[in-house]
Amino acid sequence: MKNAAPRYLPAGESALVVEFGQAIDPAIHDRVVALDAAIAQAELAGVSETVPTYRSLMIHFDPRRLTTQGLIEALAGLKDAEVTRARPRRWRLPACYDPPHGEDLAEVEAILGLPRERIVALHASAVYRVYMYGFAPGFTFLGGLPAALTIARRAAPRAPAPPGSLLIAGGQALVASVAMPTGWYAVGRTPVKIFDARRERRFLADIGDELVFERIDPAAFDALSAAAEAGDAGALEEA
Amino acid sequence: MRARLRVLRAGPGATIQDGGRHGFLRFGVTPAGPMDWTAFRTANLTLGNDDRAAALEISAGGLSALCEDAPLAVAFAGGAFIWRRDGVLLPQAARLLLRPGEVLAAQAGSFGAWAYLAVEGGFDAPLDMGSRATHVRSGMGGVEGRMLRQGDVLFADLLPAAARMQSLEASEFDAAIDAPWLARDAEAFRVVLGPQDDYFTAAGLTAFFAEEFTLTPRADRMAYRFEGPEIAHARGHDIVSDGIALGAIQIAGDKKPLVLLADRQPTGGYPKLGHVILADIGRLAQMRPGEACRFAAVGLTEARAALFRLEDEIAATPSLLHPLRREPTSKALIEANLIDGVVNALEGSSQYCDWPN
Repeated sequence: MKNAAPRYLPAGESALVVEFGQAIDPAIHDRVVALDAAIAQAELAGVSETVPTYRSLMIHFDPRRLTTQGLIEALAGLKDAEVTRARPRRWRLPACYDPPHGEDLAEVEAILGLPRERIVALHASAVYRVYMYGFAPGFTFLGGLPAALTIARRAAPRAPAPPGSLLIAGGQALVASVAMPTGWYAVGRTPVKIFDARRERRFLADIGDELVFERIDPAAFDALSAAAEAGDAGALEEA
Repeated sequence: MRARLRVLRAGPGATIQDGGRHGFLRFGVTPAGPMDWTAFRTANLTLGNDDRAAALEISAGGLSALCEDAPLAVAFAGGAFIWRRDGVLLPQAARLLLRPGEVLAAQAGSFGAWAYLAVEGGFDAPLDMGSRATHVRSGMGGVEGRMLRQGDVLFADLLPAAARMQSLEASEFDAAIDAPWLARDAEAFRVVLGPQDDYFTAAGLTAFFAEEFTLTPRADRMAYRFEGPEIAHARGHDIVSDGIALGAIQIAGDKKPLVLLADRQPTGGYPKLGHVILADIGRLAQMRPGEACRFAAVGLTEARAALFRLEDEIAATPSLLHPLRREPTSKALIEANLIDGVVNALEGSSQYCDWPN
């Protein structure tokens, strides 16, 4: 099944969805990222931009230069091409789980019946995959949350969690880049700005990259937060 | 001296827009850009601008601006807005040479939700991730990432050709734009099915194309929500998030269509029945809450053909200019075939001038 042919689904006359599956699954996402890399490498004429998501790749194109059918044929031709996908980067993000951050930890403790320290240790020990961005610039959807931290979304959204909030719900994790009312639970906060238009690397992680969190205390959070405000990336790429 | 426009009054929703912010959809960045690309392009091409040059997008809340310091070549087009120069009525779409001290004003007229005011060379605003398009929600582009307000001063990014244009007498330059594609049109909006049309029941799809829908007040730059028959899902209304293209018809748990427009999020988690074709996006954007419409299914070939036909028509805009007299007399108004439009426009204005507060 893993290498079943993708479904080609038109999204109007200037976009095509290449769907590899319906689930959140690293194997499916690998195929999304591989096709994305292959298109970038081939520099397909008429393709304007691509949007990798959990289980599909949306390809936006200029209908003057390419038809939907022509694009599908060109994609079929890519199959045999040598795709050398760059090794995913791994980013180490400082994260604070102590008050005043991680403001929903008490609720998560009560719902999951796990002690606070266990929740933090689980969240901070996982290796996460960047599956996609959505909602707002730099709003990062992650996979890899330990199953023990699976928690249902709230029935009604909570008040906006601050930018940098580390949120969990529905077996997924994310890093919020902007404050928003959310049905997810805030368990910690990173001082790092995933998106900063002033940096040369505006968005820290590429889709397919990995994130790990490194626990810091509130004093370190404040210092790194000030550095991030001043334009420092604040996250280290692991060798 | 650089020509500039001082905003005297701006209704809610007036922003700077260009061809949109491209290349960052994958990072969650909204493309923005004009709601009605056809009117936006018409105004720009009339001035010889690039068809993506930054222009003002004006909502039904209207706008008035004062020309300062130097003459300014402008063009406007959109829905049937009421445009005036120093209080004197103008056509619905026109090219003008504004003189310093003159005030150009727009207010909502008999139909339409958006109008565009372009200047020769485009408006000068800082490039924000490659674009001047304003996206208020993320605070990007335009003037400080926000809607325009009283006191904003907007500069034209003049091209070398400006000197030539400005040497013209206004009488040679002022012209009405005859753009039939901007007229009101009750035809159904054409829709290409997919990518998740298989998430709906046959009865749901039939209802979508057979019945009438009404635009609700929940209509902004991000999306227009329609009221009408329920479009039933066959397999639930949650999908694992995927990409969203312009014109996507998303149907969530409320079973009502939401058409995603310029300020859409690049990804989302509801099934999309189809997409309104690009040729019909501008016309749909010009709807006002309370107005009714229908949708009709077409294939990709027809969608492309319709787009190319419309683009070719718009490209010919510069040949559709008719000289405009500076002080319109009743005779001139009749010649410009304006009387009907003006009467309708004035009737409509009292009803609509406050929308979309």
